[in-house]
Amino acid sequence: MSLMTWIDERFPASQLWREHISEYYAPKNFNFWYYFGSLAMLVLVNQLLTGIWLTMFYTPSAAEAFASVEYIMRDVEWGWLIRYMHSTGASFFFIVVYLHMMRALLYGSYQKPRELIWIFGCLIFLVLMAEAFMGYVLPWGNMSYWGAQVIISLFGAIPVIGDTLVTWVKGDFVLGDATLNRFFALHVVALPIVLLGLVVAHIMALHHVGSNNPDGVDIKKNKDERGIPKDGIPFHPYYTVKDLFGVGVFLMLFAGVIFFVPTFGGLFLEPPNFTPADPLATPDHIAPVWYFTPFYSILRAITFDMLWVPAKLWGVILMFGAVAILFFLPWLDRSPVKSIRYKGLLFKVILAVFVASFLLLGYLGTQPPGGWRGPAALIGTILYFAFFLLMPIYSRLDKTKPVPKRVTQ
Amino acid sequence: MSNEGVDVGKRRFLTTATSAVGGVGAAFVAVPFISSWQPSARARAAGAPVEVNVGELEPGARLTVVWRGKPVWIVRRTDEMLASLEPVSGELRDPDSEKPQQPSYCQNAQRSIKPEYLVMVGLCTHLGCLPDYRPDNAQGQLDYPGFFCACHGSAYDIAGRVYRGVPAPLNMQVPPHRYAEDSVIVVGEDPDSETEAA
Repeated sequence: MSLMTWIDERFPASQLWREHISEYYAPKNFNFWYYFGSLAMLVLVNQLLTGIWLTMFYTPSAAEAFASVEYIMRDVEWGWLIRYMHSTGASFFFIVVYLHMMRALLYGSYQKPRELIWIFGCLIFLVLMAEAFMGYVLPWGNMSYWGAQVIISLFGAIPVIGDTLVTWVKGDFVLGDATLNRFFALHVVALPIVLLGLVVAHIMALHHVGSNNPDGVDIKKNKDERGIPKDGIPFHPYYTVKDLFGVGVFLMLFAGVIFFVPTFGGLFLEPPNFTPADPLATPDHIAPVWYFTPFYSILRAITFDMLWVPAKLWGVILMFGAVAILFFLPWLDRSPVKSIRYKGLLFKVILAVFVASFLLLGYLGTQPPGGWRGPAALIGTILYFAFFLLMPIYSRLDKTKPVPKRVTQ
Repeated sequence: MSNEGVDVGKRRFLTTATSAVGGVGAAFVAVPFISSWQPSARARAAGAPVEVNVGELEPGARLTVVWRGKPVWIVRRTDEMLASLEPVSGELRDPDSEKPQQPSYCQNAQRSIKPEYLVMVGLCTHLGCLPDYRPDNAQGQLDYPGFFCACHGSAYDIAGRVYRGVPAPLNMQVPPHRYAEDSVIVVGEDPDSETEAA
């Protein structure tokens, strides 16, 4: 009896390999946009590995955190590399995830029957944002401190319970040890466990219904006599090899940033964070790391009270609303076709405006407020929400083209 | 599994009762985990009052002390500064300090016990940044003496009253304080000194 047989009788190893790798049939027409799922997994592994190593040298206390990060950078053998892999990995995580989400918008990957894949994905995005925010606080630099101050204060906008909630989150009347320690626990233990569980759920849901593709054609409708989709190819070896090529290109870019521009001109690691946290000196200009800037712009877009709701609460509602509305996307889209290839000009124009408004909000979030930027952020915010809220209307009006029976070459 | 001869009603009752009791137990177990996030006894003890001697503060100068980990500003206002409080009030969101951002004994035109001395928590009511002190309009943003928050552009007058059309919703907070002597301020205690500030 072979070892594999012995194992398979006790644990479904071969069965799992077949179901998810060697006999998982994916559409044969995947393109460039389909690299980012596997790349997100790669970055997740990078974050876990480098993160575990960083905890071996980091001290989670307000008095010692900053110095322990400098210790990692200067004294620990290769510590600088491990930390830059982690900090650059955070930014690349969001690059990859934003492109992965863009793929879903382009090809309707959130539509029936893939609603739960999308929802698990949105939850992953949400946890990732919490993870990134708390991770940025850990070095206890001045931007860590004031960034945390600003974000935690957001909860103070909630009527009645706001102030109590802020003190509860901080664990003190001011930001300090209590806050840093709980953020450390959440960042390195609680949220990664949740994240891994969600990733498993995301992939299980995907493999249950099968992958979408750039044509938005259901390949399971055309099967050969063995029950295998005619337009499907096994994930291994075809897509493992394709993804490996993507990994090669990705690692070149990743290494390029780590070795040559780890701060990326202040976008990946901001200059004020190279000075220790100072509760008595706010940095001149507080801006979050680039991946939060679109939402940060939405937060400060409203400067006037509306409908008896103060401006500050509007900002908080809209910022969280901007993430929450993503969850409803599968039900907002009433288009009969999935892929942008068979949608009409109307959708293409509106999607382009949405992408432009998201990029505009992202840029504005890196800049100080004032001048033309105030009205621009307001317009960007309106366009962002209009994309979602008007979708039930324009996705029905849009003139779609007939979808072919089989995937195109 | 056969359901024959089973009292389904009794089974349902027992299932519901077990779930309910288990749920109550889970809720009780959650209490220590949630409560542990509140400020510890040590953090609460650190909120003691702070005594400040303002005798040597020049007119127009500002002093910063730390109370409960927050910066508290003491500004000795000049006559010109006090004179600006009246003309600026048309541009303010809450010129009469109606929102409870100060103790009742400071709900007056100067938002202070003695008009000369402003005692105020130096945190922007928008998102908690530290506004800049602008004793004059040399840097442009303000027409009157006051405070300007560079984070998101909120502006306050020299009594900490917020302008209209800025992100901050409220006037800056005046902490409880009293005069122990003519020029000694105790931050964190009310004038009657019986009730320590919450």
